[in-house]
Amino acid sequence: MTRKEIIEIVNEFLIEEIEIENSDLSEEALLNEDLGIDSLDFVDIVVIVERNFGFKIKPEEMANVKTLGQFYDYIEEKLK
Amino acid sequence: MKRVVITGMGIYSCIGTNLDEVAKSLYEGKSGIGIDPMRIEYGYRSPLTGIVERPLQIKELLNRRLRICLAEQGEYAYIATLEAMKNAGIDMDYFENNEVGIFYGNDSSAKAVIDAHTIAMEKKDTTLIGSGAIFQSMNSTVTMNLSTILKLKGVNMTISAACASGSHAVGLGMMFIRNGMQDMVICGGAQETNYLSMGSFDGISAFSTRIDEPTKASRPFDANRDGLVPSGGAATLILEEYEHAVKRGANIIAEVIGYGFSSNGANISQPSDSGSMIAMERALKDSNLMAKDIDYINAHATSTPQGDTFEAIALDKLFSSSFPMISSTKSMTGHECWMAGASEVIYSVLMMQNSFVAPNINFETPDEASKNLNIVAQTKEKNIDIFLSNSFGFGGTNSALVIKKIK
Repeated sequence: MTRKEIIEIVNEFLIEEIEIENSDLSEEALLNEDLGIDSLDFVDIVVIVERNFGFKIKPEEMANVKTLGQFYDYIEEKLK
Repeated sequence: MKRVVITGMGIYSCIGTNLDEVAKSLYEGKSGIGIDPMRIEYGYRSPLTGIVERPLQIKELLNRRLRICLAEQGEYAYIATLEAMKNAGIDMDYFENNEVGIFYGNDSSAKAVIDAHTIAMEKKDTTLIGSGAIFQSMNSTVTMNLSTILKLKGVNMTISAACASGSHAVGLGMMFIRNGMQDMVICGGAQETNYLSMGSFDGISAFSTRIDEPTKASRPFDANRDGLVPSGGAATLILEEYEHAVKRGANIIAEVIGYGFSSNGANISQPSDSGSMIAMERALKDSNLMAKDIDYINAHATSTPQGDTFEAIALDKLFSSSFPMISSTKSMTGHECWMAGASEVIYSVLMMQNSFVAPNINFETPDEASKNLNIVAQTKEKNIDIFLSNSFGFGGTNSALVIKKIK
């Protein structure tokens, strides 16, 4: 899967399922502060990622993932 | 002791999803019963149920976080409460600036529990259940969610008392206002209608199997009844202290003047004439009324062979001299279980407002016990000043409410 495809899938579920505005989605956007993703939302993101990409996010691997760009990177890395 | 009045009502049921629709259905004796194909597939003995559509407008009304925490019955309760708020002339700003409480009847949230279990069994990972399930699963899901959505700041709890839950919720709301502890309480009852919620109830052969004639299946007091028909939705009443309501210029709909309760202290599923009589007598005493003062009784009667008989015996003992009109609106709605005690107050208030008694449809052949009662089988034009509403539940919990017209 290419990075472009990953971005498309992630952005689509953030817009459709987490109800984040399309205009807010940038690589620099902070997941919590800018996009308003809290700990409960993150539980649902774990579910959606498992459904779309077939792997389970481990919280310890997310320690340094702060921005949306880093989240794309994380998924790209996991899928290699 | 303070007076307690109803200043708002909202209803979401199988005979209509607002007050006007429901009043029309009640007058016309329209049944809301049908067949749920999922129940046949699941192995139900009876697929009969009240047909209640999910409110599609929820998506426009609530953001994702609020929506995913809301179980099916919570959606019904929210829509019914919005109607009640409109009716009462209050909005979100009112809750921001005033302390309003909530007592809502609910006694299950089966689908959320079963769905979560199914995911955990399949994935062997509880995180994959998602974040909404816990808030949908708890018995207090309705009050937990409504108090969050509406930002309520007063008393906040769910009443779980089987099929008397909604009635006790109204009774307790009345007590809190009467004793000066709250000026306004949102009261009601909610009931899920999904196929996962009623399998175990079906399993004890409590439901009618008159599958070829769904609208004739619920026939309280009729000699040929063969069980109840489960149903659901939600009903909300806004109770308010009388002077408080007058002061804010509220539309005062009716007064809650009596609440009676009792526990049979006997069998888990078998009703009792003596236990239900204590609740009714206590409600009358609480209202400072005699049996003869009651114009109409909305019976609990669910269409089970045993339950209706015990209620008929109790009603005959208490009301034989005054012979008030009696009907069970469950003949049209089916048994709305946790919601019924609240919805049946609303149904009866609608009759009071429109001067008619809704029919106990399908009452064709009286039996030994019901032949002694004044059961209304066809809609009757009738002025109702005071009515009694009965609700009884598993475990022998009984509740009776007396409501009076405001003149």
